[in-house]
Amino acid sequence: MILIHCPYCEEDRPEVEFTYGGQAHIARPLDPAALDDAEWESFLYIRSNPRGRHAERWRHAHGCARFFNAIRDTVTDRFEVTYKAGEQAPDGAAR
Amino acid sequence: MRFSGFNLLAQAFNGHQDWPEHWPDKAPKPEYDVIIVGAGGHGLGAAYYLAAKYGITNVAVIEKGWLGGGNAGRNTTIIRSNYLYDESAHLYDHAVKMWDGLSQELNYNVMYSKRGVLMLAHNVHDIQSFKRHIHANRLNGVDNEWLTPEQCKAYCPPLDIAPNARHPVLGGALQRRGGTARHDSVAWGYARGAVARGVDIIQNCAVTGIRRGPDGAVLGVETERGFIGARKVGVSAAGSTSLVMKMAGLDFPLESYPLQALVSEPVKPIFPCVVMSNTVHAYISQSDKGELVIGAGTDQYVSYSQRGALHIIEHTLAAICEIFPIFTRMRMLRTWGGIVDVTPDRSPILAKTPVPGLYVNCGWGTGGFKATPGAADLLAHTIAHDAPHAINAPFNLDRFRNGRLIDEAAAAAVAH
Repeated sequence: MILIHCPYCEEDRPEVEFTYGGQAHIARPLDPAALDDAEWESFLYIRSNPRGRHAERWRHAHGCARFFNAIRDTVTDRFEVTYKAGEQAPDGAAR
Repeated sequence: MRFSGFNLLAQAFNGHQDWPEHWPDKAPKPEYDVIIVGAGGHGLGAAYYLAAKYGITNVAVIEKGWLGGGNAGRNTTIIRSNYLYDESAHLYDHAVKMWDGLSQELNYNVMYSKRGVLMLAHNVHDIQSFKRHIHANRLNGVDNEWLTPEQCKAYCPPLDIAPNARHPVLGGALQRRGGTARHDSVAWGYARGAVARGVDIIQNCAVTGIRRGPDGAVLGVETERGFIGARKVGVSAAGSTSLVMKMAGLDFPLESYPLQALVSEPVKPIFPCVVMSNTVHAYISQSDKGELVIGAGTDQYVSYSQRGALHIIEHTLAAICEIFPIFTRMRMLRTWGGIVDVTPDRSPILAKTPVPGLYVNCGWGTGGFKATPGAADLLAHTIAHDAPHAINAPFNLDRFRNGRLIDEAAAAAVAH
């Protein structure tokens, strides 16, 4: 089982305590009425789905219950780093 | 050489030494009329139908691994078409109709067995939604019927229908035409049929790029064995589709997840049909070899690892043991994972793309095997006519822009 480091609890905890929240750093549009259909499609549905480093959201559902972000390799499933919500993604991470 | 009683007898006289190779290894030609990326059941089938139905025989199927080694060899072989929406019912039932007679057409036994797919209802919501599915299916000419708990038990004797069970069986929806097939045979049968009609199958040759002309149209594909030209390229690469599409500059509404399955040690015939339970999220059947074939939903995160987490399997087996207490002491032999490409509405994309000459068949998620003949046929049609068939026209890319989703994610009688 994968161990995930919660940046709030500062502990490595088993994967079953966490829920996955999809790709990270997708900004909600500030002026939704100004978006055209193509921009809505991109915001709602288009995902990077990379083979390699992936910036993604996780939630420590059975712990502190807070959302945080992680960089994980989608080929090895190895977590490179986890960081608190609102912090910048480390350099070189996928979108 | 055809498989027949006569040829079997004739070959017996010289020790079966003269059977020809099914698909001799081919070096790629410089140019083809059509290239299919991905030699799974869908891709090989598309090549077969291009040759057999449309007379387009100058076709290559390019595969990064070996044929049938991806999800074609990693699924749980369940076939059914009891989907809620009209578009889906037509699409999946097109495939189920083609499963009938496929062995005869290919002269290759795909072992399609109409043993029935029984979906269990465990609560009032299940009963209501399954009955709605049954009525919707019957309006679309798809067989599906309601069984009482006693009828479920008669159809599938290992079922525990005790009212005090952890997950009580309150009834079930049965599609009798549903069932299973031999997954490898499907890929092999299509490969053999395609090669017999002049198609080249090029294995161990990953596509590394898609070359486009000044007008944007496809000129061919870059591969590990050099450039191969083709004005039409069909991509049928399952979990890797979004990676191939990026090579053509297209961002796709796909995410790739591991889907696990497992089989038990082989035992004598005990389980006569396919049983699915959406509420406890597991499904089970018995292969002709005697193994119990068990599956469930995907792992929760995007991954290309072709393996999943143990707790998913643990959850699946707990559900199976609750419904079928007789299997609590069965030992599991193998587990594995396949990478499935999932769309936002859980319906496939089988369409032209914004790039002229580039076609796609993807997004089948956790349910692509059942659609193999239909998807292959419709991809071949779309490539040959440069236009979709009426059946796959709704399964286009535009739906994510104009909102005409086919939202089986919320509606289908399916364990997503």
